[in-house]
Amino acid sequence: MIRFIQNLGKSTRISFTKLGRASYFLIQIISGIASVLVRPRLLLNQLYSVGVLSFLIITISGLFVGMVLGLQGYYTLSDFGAEETLGVMVAASLVRELGPVVSALLFAGRAGSALTAEIGLMKATEQLSGMEMMAVDPVKRIITPRFLAGFISMPLLAGLFSAVGIIGGEMIGSGLLGVDEGAYWSQMQAGIDFYDDIINGVIKSVVFGFVTSWIALFEGYDAIPTSEGVSRATTRTVVNSAFSILGLDFILTALMFGDN
Amino acid sequence: MVNSVSSQDNLVSVRNLTFSRGSKKIFDDISLDFQRGKITAIMGPSGTGKTTLLKLIGGQLFPDHGSVFVDGKNVHQLRRAELYDLRKRLGMLFQSGALLTDMTVFDNVAFPLREHTHLPESMIRTLVLMKLQAVGLRGAKDLMPNELSGGMSRRVALARAIALDPMMILYDEPFTGQDPISMGVLVHLIKSLNNILGLTSIIVSHDVHDTSAIADYIYVLSEGKIVGQGTPEQIQQSDSEWVKQFMTGAADGPVHFHYPSKDYVDDLLSIGKRY
Repeated sequence: MIRFIQNLGKSTRISFTKLGRASYFLIQIISGIASVLVRPRLLLNQLYSVGVLSFLIITISGLFVGMVLGLQGYYTLSDFGAEETLGVMVAASLVRELGPVVSALLFAGRAGSALTAEIGLMKATEQLSGMEMMAVDPVKRIITPRFLAGFISMPLLAGLFSAVGIIGGEMIGSGLLGVDEGAYWSQMQAGIDFYDDIINGVIKSVVFGFVTSWIALFEGYDAIPTSEGVSRATTRTVVNSAFSILGLDFILTALMFGDN
Repeated sequence: MVNSVSSQDNLVSVRNLTFSRGSKKIFDDISLDFQRGKITAIMGPSGTGKTTLLKLIGGQLFPDHGSVFVDGKNVHQLRRAELYDLRKRLGMLFQSGALLTDMTVFDNVAFPLREHTHLPESMIRTLVLMKLQAVGLRGAKDLMPNELSGGMSRRVALARAIALDPMMILYDEPFTGQDPISMGVLVHLIKSLNNILGLTSIIVSHDVHDTSAIADYIYVLSEGKIVGQGTPEQIQQSDSEWVKQFMTGAADGPVHFHYPSKDYVDDLLSIGKRY
């Protein structure tokens, strides 16, 4: 029993020191933003590898999620004779929830894990401390551009996911199952509010982009510089990102959509 | 003796340095001096914290007690910007080379120039080619680091270390894992760079033969203490048992062949018990 309490105390202390290091790391990242904006080339390269290279997985997943929503929505709604509102259902689910959440989860798996492994290996091969000895701050030179790239790409990818998903729902709903195409789009136009739905969805994906990039970069930077350490850090990135995304999604949903 | 020379001649002086990692004392109150313009070697078996010493000199680690002066400045009391200014005048050669793996050899050598100077690209090109020529790898400028052999990586890293014309280079185990030819090339390079560019060099190594061939002064470390120091000749004739064992590579001596353990017979007879 005493050992249990001891271990509890120990792990609490360890997690709090880690949180402290992560917060300090975040401050370092943010204080490096100005120096990155002066050299947009660094950011552009990262936008390509973090954002553009995630295009394919986001597009394909978005298409399939939209198609599934179209199918499931149609069967449920047609029981009530309300299949005309399929457009609203698909769009609302995507824009409010599935777009930000699923694309963030995919982003953590595709780009987050790659970032962690990259930074962890740079640490393991002494590239980061080599940079420090060359009087180049590795946080400013390596970490901040990647952070900004993640932060900027995430909302755009979420938007892409939702857009492709809506098209997927339309393909199934009106193309296959015979919902009127005009009704699909006009119901959607009438039912989706720019501020309540779209902006709130964007806010979510901004928060997820911030958190996922932060976790991925910190885990890499904090990794034990061995092959085992890097592999564990990569796993932690995916697991911690998934928890944070889903937990924050609940909190944000409660805050933003609670009143309606 | 170096200690009798006025401190003006010392580019780096380490004073009463104590550093521990966890409960293990890596350095216990040691003082060392590194003379300007000379090659000073720090030798000792693996795991005595020789690399740690370089990181303390470069300001990447903080000592528990004591101080490190580089060019008259206390490294651990400098502000971040001042420390970075000092580091621009230091080159460090890591054991692994520490080349940036996403850039070509050319870009690696150009990296410090592009980060710290506003030179036009044509000038950077000239400088990079000169540095690569000095290490004999101008022809390899378009290769990626993963296409280089270990010895070539270290030479590229050396070209990068001298890119900003530093006053001092710290070498971390430059000879480890090199074939005889690359070894000879590196020994020659370190010696000639030191003389031609008027550098000060600190070499951390456990390679007795090649290091003593080029070093002007040697410190031998063991278990956090200095167990011997002097010119290579003095070290060769040292009467310390420990230094003798290290220099000749005897399997047993003051440094035991066996890792500390309990009695052999007891250990063998304790069948069934895991501990």
